[in-house]
Amino acid sequence: MHTIRDAMIVFRDEVSASLRNRVGIAIGLVQPCVYLFLFGPLLTKALPSQGDNAWRMYIPGLLVQLALFTTAYAGFNLIPDMRSGYLERLRVTPASRLALLLGRVLRDLVLLTIQLLCILALGLAFGLRASLPGVLASAGYVLLLGISLASLSYMLALRLPLEYLFAPVLNGICLPLMLLSGILLPMTFAPGWLRGISDANPLRYAVDAMRDLFDGRFSTQPVAIGALVVMALAALSMRLSTRVFGQYNS
Amino acid sequence: MHSVQVQDLTKTYKTKNGLVEAVAGVSFDVAQGEIVGFLGQNGAGKTTTLRMLTTLLKPTSGSARVAGHDLSTDAQGVRRKIGYVAQSGGTSPAASGRSELVLQGRLYQMNQADAVRRADQLIQEFDLEDLADRPTVTLSGGQRRRLDIALGLTHRPDVLFLDEPSAALDPQSRSLLWEHVRKVRENYGTTVFLSTHYLDEADALCDRVLIIDKGRVVAEDSPENLKAQLGYDIVTIELATDADRAEAVLAQHPAVQEVKAQAQGLRLTVEHNDRVLLQFLRTLDEAGIEPLSIQVERPTLDDVFLSITNRSINLPGQQPMNV
Repeated sequence: MHTIRDAMIVFRDEVSASLRNRVGIAIGLVQPCVYLFLFGPLLTKALPSQGDNAWRMYIPGLLVQLALFTTAYAGFNLIPDMRSGYLERLRVTPASRLALLLGRVLRDLVLLTIQLLCILALGLAFGLRASLPGVLASAGYVLLLGISLASLSYMLALRLPLEYLFAPVLNGICLPLMLLSGILLPMTFAPGWLRGISDANPLRYAVDAMRDLFDGRFSTQPVAIGALVVMALAALSMRLSTRVFGQYNS
Repeated sequence: MHSVQVQDLTKTYKTKNGLVEAVAGVSFDVAQGEIVGFLGQNGAGKTTTLRMLTTLLKPTSGSARVAGHDLSTDAQGVRRKIGYVAQSGGTSPAASGRSELVLQGRLYQMNQADAVRRADQLIQEFDLEDLADRPTVTLSGGQRRRLDIALGLTHRPDVLFLDEPSAALDPQSRSLLWEHVRKVRENYGTTVFLSTHYLDEADALCDRVLIIDKGRVVAEDSPENLKAQLGYDIVTIELATDADRAEAVLAQHPAVQEVKAQAQGLRLTVEHNDRVLLQFLRTLDEAGIEPLSIQVERPTLDDVFLSITNRSINLPGQQPMNV
């Protein structure tokens, strides 16, 4: 109870900090839509055989990409707070360590949800037709991925010895994650060796599962495996990250 | 009743070049309501010790009780009872002072109404009325420092830890800050443990000073006793002429330890003795030398510090030493 109360306090503080940064919010909202506008039409033409299915294939990938580029970069928000001593000030209070992480992750999830709704609304306008329960279930996958990526990102920000390493290290991780997830094109097009590597990428399982869900197919193997992967990843990341929040630089 | 009891606390870091002992085993007690200063140069181990005592850093060995709670087994209990103001402060740049104070209260389990009321109270107490609703980044160093200390006192802690509270403040802001720290102890009986490398700060504020050097406490006493231990005065004599002759006659005085010629006259290190000035004047008079002025200085904490840490005793000037 103590943890939830503390997490809500941190969450509210983080939200009001985000609201002070209106430009940041605007860019955060516009960016995913840019993908839809600038890349979506290209894709529907490039894969004509898929017909209106192209949106059904592309949007799940776009949602995962959104999770990747919104929440994996969450650690950037932590760096000024580490530098100013703000985080340390919170760590001297009796607030629960888990809550210090959870409050931030919740804030990231709220932002992610808003962006997700924007994309779905725009997608609908462009011609996306998909199973509603499937879309709702997919949102669950995206949010679980968001929890994992945000907490791992915070962990990375805390653990790196020099703050200017954060951007290159993060890019180094995110780019292969994206290319090997089948976000842009399904991995079924890939040669065997490339597909082999992509088997190690948790995002791929989420994308595969969500494509089935958008199609209204719920009891497939990818859906089940995807669910297991995103849940396990979220639990593991939270656990690791809380530990680092509790003991960093100690 | 002791507020802080520290036994053989150490902190060792692993680096590429082997182990580095940042704190090599410090032990001390701080009584309730006492203001104690940790005095030492940069890198002496002050901040590391403070960070261990405030649960931010795990000691390599040793033990401590802070405000009645054991540091290693009950960090949460310690956190509830202490306030900590880090060297760099801890305010979020875009947030207002008021919202920071309310957040702080909430994190110490106050409900919203109590946290708001407590924030108002602190704003008044620390003269922040006109500043509390501005983003903290727009405050001056001295103003932000007052806010930092108000934040550290939000939950009325038993012990307040201040790390280099007046670093980089102008003289006016420093004395205002000292005033606030004294008032906190007077009004609430708060124990204050601060680190500083300003000797005048330790002298002005502290009941007791612990001198730390290379990770160890090398001396511990009140500023007065530490200065008395040194037992010598500095006498400066300003002379228009005859400096060489004056040096020769005064060097024979039994109380004189050392004579040094300087641009405007002489500087003598003299055993503490109230009659020595009169004797010097008489000696000079007998030799037919007339000084322009003669001045005696009691040793400052600078001198104590330097003599204890075995560095050169005759330091130029009396400005706060920023070593």
